[in-house]
Amino acid sequence: MNPSASKKIHLTREHCTKLLRVMKLIRRFEERCAELYGEQKIRGFLHLYIGEEAVAVGVMEALTPEDAVVATYREHGHALARGLHAHEVMAEMYGKATGSSRGRGGSMHIFNAEQRFYGGNAIVGGGLPMAVGLALADKMSGRVRVTCCFFGEGAAAEGEFHESLNLAALWKLPMLFICENNGYAMGTALVRSESEIDMCRHAQSYRIPAASVDGMDVVAVEVAARQAAQAVRNGEGPQFLEMRTYRFRAHSMFDPELYRDKAEVEKWKERGPIKRFREWLLSTGTLHETDIAAIETSVADEVENAVQFAENSPWEPEADLLRDVVTPALQGATS
Amino acid sequence: MTAFRMPSLGADMDEGTLTEWLKQPGDNLKRGDIIAVVETQKGAIEIEVFHDGVLETIHVKTGTRVPVGQVLATIRTAKEPESIQAVVPQPAPKPPVIIPEAPGLKVTPAARIRARERGVDIQSISPGQDGIIGLKELEGLSQPAQSRSGHGINLDEMRKAIAAAMARSKREIPHYYVGSIIDMTAMVEWLATENARRAVADRILAAVPIIKACALGLKQVPELNGHFLNDHLMRIAEVKLGIGIAMRGGGLIAPALSIPDTLSLAQTMQQLSDLVARVRGGRLRSSELTNATATLSNLGDGSADMVLPVIYPPQVAIIGVGQIEDRPWVVNGALAVRKLATFTVAGDHRANDGRSAARFLRYLAEIFQKPETL
Amino acid sequence: MSSQRKLTYRDAVREAIQDAMRRDVRVFLMGEDVGRYGGAYGCSKGLLAEFGEERIRDTPLAEAGFTGAGIGAALGGMRPIVEIMTVNFSLLALDQIVNTAATIRHMSGGQFSVPLVIRMATGAGRQLAAQHSHSLENWYAHVPGIKVIAPATVPDARGMLWTALQDPDPVIIFEHATLYNDEGEIASEGDLSMPIEGAAIRRPGTDCSIITYGGSLKKAIRAAEELQGENISCEVIDLRVLRPLDAKSILASVEKTHRALVVDEGWRTGSLAAEVSALIMEGAFFSLDVPVARECSAEVPIPYARHLETAATPQVAGIVTAVHGLLRQ
Repeated sequence: MNPSASKKIHLTREHCTKLLRVMKLIRRFEERCAELYGEQKIRGFLHLYIGEEAVAVGVMEALTPEDAVVATYREHGHALARGLHAHEVMAEMYGKATGSSRGRGGSMHIFNAEQRFYGGNAIVGGGLPMAVGLALADKMSGRVRVTCCFFGEGAAAEGEFHESLNLAALWKLPMLFICENNGYAMGTALVRSESEIDMCRHAQSYRIPAASVDGMDVVAVEVAARQAAQAVRNGEGPQFLEMRTYRFRAHSMFDPELYRDKAEVEKWKERGPIKRFREWLLSTGTLHETDIAAIETSVADEVENAVQFAENSPWEPEADLLRDVVTPALQGATS
Repeated sequence: MTAFRMPSLGADMDEGTLTEWLKQPGDNLKRGDIIAVVETQKGAIEIEVFHDGVLETIHVKTGTRVPVGQVLATIRTAKEPESIQAVVPQPAPKPPVIIPEAPGLKVTPAARIRARERGVDIQSISPGQDGIIGLKELEGLSQPAQSRSGHGINLDEMRKAIAAAMARSKREIPHYYVGSIIDMTAMVEWLATENARRAVADRILAAVPIIKACALGLKQVPELNGHFLNDHLMRIAEVKLGIGIAMRGGGLIAPALSIPDTLSLAQTMQQLSDLVARVRGGRLRSSELTNATATLSNLGDGSADMVLPVIYPPQVAIIGVGQIEDRPWVVNGALAVRKLATFTVAGDHRANDGRSAARFLRYLAEIFQKPETL
Repeated sequence: MSSQRKLTYRDAVREAIQDAMRRDVRVFLMGEDVGRYGGAYGCSKGLLAEFGEERIRDTPLAEAGFTGAGIGAALGGMRPIVEIMTVNFSLLALDQIVNTAATIRHMSGGQFSVPLVIRMATGAGRQLAAQHSHSLENWYAHVPGIKVIAPATVPDARGMLWTALQDPDPVIIFEHATLYNDEGEIASEGDLSMPIEGAAIRRPGTDCSIITYGGSLKKAIRAAEELQGENISCEVIDLRVLRPLDAKSILASVEKTHRALVVDEGWRTGSLAAEVSALIMEGAFFSLDVPVARECSAEVPIPYARHLETAATPQVAGIVTAVHGLLRQ
């Protein structure tokens, strides 16, 4: 599968503005979250997507509203790119009743039924079997739609990864597996945890077509994702894309990054997705500095509005504690 | 001016040590600049500023351990952000603490209730071979008879129960007796002075300081305060002193008065009055009948000089007090007339002995010389 | 006048699955050896021929994978029955059950429900030794977000499955392995569905309450019959539903009899019996004439040798002795 020889996507001014804007929205959102976390407005664990924006943004371009998305605990970017409003995501980070999960989930459990966004999962590899099931339901019901499942390269060590790929290939399920290879599973570099570090070969051992993509290039990501999604829609069975990317921040907030060199981080920052795309847009004249400044202002406002919304939103009353453990209608039994 | 505070970097981070400032006062700051290095349990973490501005003042020296939220520096920003008040949810009210009753006989809950329903004194029931009073042991008891007093307590049943208890006591408990004559002059005179200052309704009966003194004495000699069950003494921390009270229509009953150290004489008087009123009115609670830890049998004025009482099982002691009378006594080597009373202690020799009783009486003798300390 | 027919527990389970699949195209069965093999316990024999490979779906040995797939399929609009061969293997799927099935409704703030049914065989008694003899119903009954049921009779085995499939939340069904061959009677016609709420008094009595579930029910009933010969009247309660427990029925019985024995094949420590005991203590303390007794498995991994397995697990003799203890005899 050769991503560069695919059908062309139209890099119109409009399309490029969208790509840049969503990446910048994610970047600004994540940076603001880091600040709010330091101020203890956001609690628990916080896993930032900074540096990896191109992957979520590019892949979402290949999906329709009917498709399903399953993601990980580092999913704020995926949620925003999928179409969840910054308001509800920020309110969820705060734990407020207006959050996407009414404050019940927090950073790692963003869900949205309307967008077919199935979270948010704190167990590495935990979402893959569920994604298999969503695709199975579509196949058994004769619906043509894609289940797109994001996970990190660390998941390749988990049994559930292997079980899921096997089932997807065995049953020829309409799935798009997106492996976000950022080189580190928390503090463990890939070469120290995998005997086979070529992610595509893992997929191929299950006879799933796989390709590796420069995850820092949003256009390359979009092209590859569209091609792979089309193959899925054509009934060719599951497809696997490895996105080579890098997170510029620590695994989570409380991580002194003892496991990697600062120089390495700086090198990747030079090739950062927003930086590169921006430079390309300016050099080709697709966008001007003023356009970009306008995007930045718009994005900053959107994020600030989201913060204000979260700040002013109410908490769920404690009396509602036992809500939504099971479905209400049958919640009449004792004990 | 904005305060730059020690950020929380993790769910389990409470504090960090500032190890290095990477910017100095006067430096321009851009959003994202690393301003300092903080050492945490996990290692050194760089902390950044989130707004453009100029570093004004550093408030914390390197090497200082700082809790999360404390101000580290002041930054002069171009645009002052508004302070936002967060709404803190109200904590839920704490549930009330339930203090368990002191242990008594091994009576099953079902048996207690049935005994109360039948008007039976549970202490009058013999436990089974395993030491338990259960529904089985209550089988064959008659339905409650018409009470003579017409109130809650059935006198006939009560007398039967007392008889049974006393018989059992003499059968099972190896009684010993120790007695002392105590000079009560100081106590009587002090009480008279106290009562002179009070309204008639608030006056304290002579029995009250005696009750209080006994309670304090039992705290001093704990092997006199408890229940003997299953072949051993179970000491009880609280003093619940059974007070012998005569009932109308005859009969003597000894419901318990709970006497913590902090209870004043006035409060003790009040509780005693209330108890007597309820005995006369037949409104006792069953727990008051069953959980005394020791008993005081105070015959009072115009009765006898000395009493040798019988212990109420499963208690292990009972204190007897004769009347307070003017008698000849030796004071400072010469004869004098003093107000004397004979105090006796009957003890269960399985749980305590003459030395315990003697210690108790000596304590009483001493404290009655300093009645103001009661 | 309703006529009855006799069938085994196994047949009742099979009929229940077959009936559900005929009535609702969304229902399908997925698990190891459910298709070609006919089910490890024979519960799906013949169903592959009737419904085909898509709906009687053999899976690889991948408990986490296919249980998670069941969750996803339920989210995607199907009504899957995931068969995990035994509770012993379900440990491999615990992550999916506890971290996803039980939590999605709550974590999503009520946006998603998982209408999934998981069936598992459970229990000891066939000399299968330590790794194949677990009774871990209490682990699952511990978790908010799922319902746990244990049909112990043929009518319940026939009738609870359909009701479970109607439930919008995950339901786990425990089938004690020693029940499959047992015979029972159900009505020949009419609605055979049974509720998945509430305990059942299998034998009314006045002297003590024996509270139990699953494979221990028949032992409790045999013990009660034996005790009747000594003029001791035992009330036997079949819990049927382990989460949520029917506290009302349990407490009403104990208030009447004043004495309770819980028979539970799980190990004593942290058992479901301990939960029932606490419930009784909290709700019926003043009615008790004796502390609640528990007849559970001994603190040992289930041994292979027959006499040791028998000694390790609750038996009729032990139940009888325990009742004597309740009566202080």
